Amino acid sequence: ELKEEFTRILTANNPHAPQNIVRYSFKKRAYKPVSYVDQMAIHFTLNGNMIPKDSDEGRRQSIKLITAAEKDPVETSAVTSEEAEIKDEESTGDTQAAGEEEAEESGKAEVAEAAEGEESPPPRVKEQKLANQFNFIERASRTLNNPTRERACQSEPTPCADFSATVNQWETYDAYVEELQKVEKSKEKEKTKAQVAKREEEKKKKGRKFTSLESQIDDIKKISKAVKIMERMVNQNIFDDIAQDFKYFEDASDEYRDQKGTLLPLWNFQYHKARGRAVTAISWNPKYKDLFAVGYGSYDFMKQCQGMLVLYTMKNPSFPEYVFSTESGIMCLDFHNDHPYLVAVGFYDGNVAIYNLKKATSQPSYKSNAMSGKHTEPVWQVKWQKDDMDNNLNFFSVSSDGRIVSWTLVKNELVHTDVIKLPAQGTTMQGPEGLQLQTLGCGTAFDFHKKIDYLFLVGTEEGKIYKCSKRYSSQFLDVFEAHHMAVDTVSWNPYHLKVFISCSSDWTVKIWDHTIKTPMFIFDLSSAVGDVAWSPYSSTVFAAVTTDGKAHVYDLSINKYEALCTQLVAKKKSKATHIQFNPVYPVVVVGDEQGHIISLKLSPNLRKMPKEKKGQEVKKGPEVEIAKLDKLLNLVRDPESKA
Amino acid sequence: MADTGEGKKEEADYKRLHNFPLIRHTDMPEEMRVEAMELCVTACEKYTTNNESAAKMIKEMMDKKFGSSWHVVIGESFGFEITHEVKNLLYMFFGGNLAVCVWKCS
Repeated sequence: ELKEEFTRILTANNPHAPQNIVRYSFKKRAYKPVSYVDQMAIHFTLNGNMIPKDSDEGRRQSIKLITAAEKDPVETSAVTSEEAEIKDEESTGDTQAAGEEEAEESGKAEVAEAAEGEESPPPRVKEQKLANQFNFIERASRTLNNPTRERACQSEPTPCADFSATVNQWETYDAYVEELQKVEKSKEKEKTKAQVAKREEEKKKKGRKFTSLESQIDDIKKISKAVKIMERMVNQNIFDDIAQDFKYFEDASDEYRDQKGTLLPLWNFQYHKARGRAVTAISWNPKYKDLFAVGYGSYDFMKQCQGMLVLYTMKNPSFPEYVFSTESGIMCLDFHNDHPYLVAVGFYDGNVAIYNLKKATSQPSYKSNAMSGKHTEPVWQVKWQKDDMDNNLNFFSVSSDGRIVSWTLVKNELVHTDVIKLPAQGTTMQGPEGLQLQTLGCGTAFDFHKKIDYLFLVGTEEGKIYKCSKRYSSQFLDVFEAHHMAVDTVSWNPYHLKVFISCSSDWTVKIWDHTIKTPMFIFDLSSAVGDVAWSPYSSTVFAAVTTDGKAHVYDLSINKYEALCTQLVAKKKSKATHIQFNPVYPVVVVGDEQGHIISLKLSPNLRKMPKEKKGQEVKKGPEVEIAKLDKLLNLVRDPESKA
Repeated sequence: MADTGEGKKEEADYKRLHNFPLIRHTDMPEEMRVEAMELCVTACEKYTTNNESAAKMIKEMMDKKFGSSWHVVIGESFGFEITHEVKNLLYMFFGGNLAVCVWKCS
């Protein structure tokens, strides 16, 4: 590469001169390039001050010099005047030259004289001076021009779309006919709307306009019903085997099991928002045998969460029918027997509320608050009562604050009445100013007698069970020293009028006759018992759940000491908290601390009905048996009391 | 006689009833649409016999008002497939049997 030769050409062109000057030609109405561009480049300019003698400026200046020289030596006038006269006579053209020559000849000393001599023709010179007054000097400058730069841009093309159609006589005709029909329809609709509106305004029953709303709601309503049915069908298809089991499966192996039974797991009910909350209450609806309500809350004092009231139906195990969210955890709930759409709920914060399932709101219809006398401790149980004399709905609630309160729904408000305050025995203290204070015990469970209206039992945290009457507000009818720890549930036998069952965290389940102070049967379940429930179909069958997740089913007419069935029902080592029998089907529902709900079917061994005494009412049958058993036990324990 | 009488009545009815301008398809903004429609109606009523003049009038007015390069087709029986600038198309019926298609495309 270094050996490459470059030719260099010397030209006379100015490299800085532009080669493409363009001028607008008006004749041609276009830009035209200029053919010749000046190539001269000036490298150095200096304005000199030499003027040619013969030009106007030159002559003027020379005259100026002469007149200046003549003015100075005025004293030596004689010589000069002579010379001047001589010069005057001579021709004008030569005067200056002669003067100059004479000056030169006379030598330098006489230069001044000679100059003066030249001053002789002043009038002529003055005229010339006057003629050119202006001295022009040209000056030009140019501002700095920024170098130019080219910039180009293109805008986006306008968006275009295609369209096509055909035009025919029939097309136009059809279009017009359609349009007219539409117009007619809209006119009719307006007419009917106007009419209906008028009617309603006249009647003034309800302020709403039905038609516009109906036309919107109708579609949704129609769909919602269909969708509901679809959902249930889909669920049935998915859980088809479970549904079959539920209906038809009878465990044949029960025959070989020697009186023992099993619980067949059926559906699991879950609701994703209720996960992690403990099931604190379960109750079956008295009217709709497949509907049950579950209350969610928390037993843990430290970890209180928002509660939920969720109603499931066995027809749809995937999603609940009704969901109500509450601020505080729910501890108990109860359906009203006559009004199966009313649910009474007790909360962890001591409030009680009534939910109306017929209404679509997510808020309770009635709720207690601090002013209307809510409990100061969690409400452990609520139970509906018969309507009072004014046909007002009322229910009872029991709470750890030791009060049993009757709530009445009077004119859309909950009015409370303290029925009983549970005294803690042996703890009347001397308060200040000599008052006797009674600390209150904590009620944890209660149950009302099925037949005797005023009679009810209350279980307390200390393990006592009080038999109370609604009529006596400060005294109990009786006290049972039932358990060593808190009584979790008390429940009257649905058939036998005297027998009730109680369970406690002291691992025991005890069956009592309320006339006798000591329990009839005691069952130790080796783990804290969360809940116990009588079966609705037999007076000797009951089920209990324990914190180790097991369900125990007993039938006293078959086996007085052992459970017919002990089965792990709760998942993942969670504690089973509640159990309830379905009033019609041989199904139990168990809830646990994680919020899971499991339904189980009772195997045939667990639901044996006494077949012998068909003449009598079947229900009373077991009762007779139990009475016998009672007496047997009594013989064993207290031979004295028999007499 | 009755039939022809009825036939005539129907014709008259149909002419009377179907005379209003019926927009079949448009994606113009509201103002533009209203103006264009009125312009078409005016043009068609003015030049009932001469579709070309009507179209010319419409096109020139649209060019003036809304920018260059509008195209107008008026007729009773034709099919078309066009590319138009978005939001610059009007396709309507008028007078019971006349169809007007106005679109912009440069």
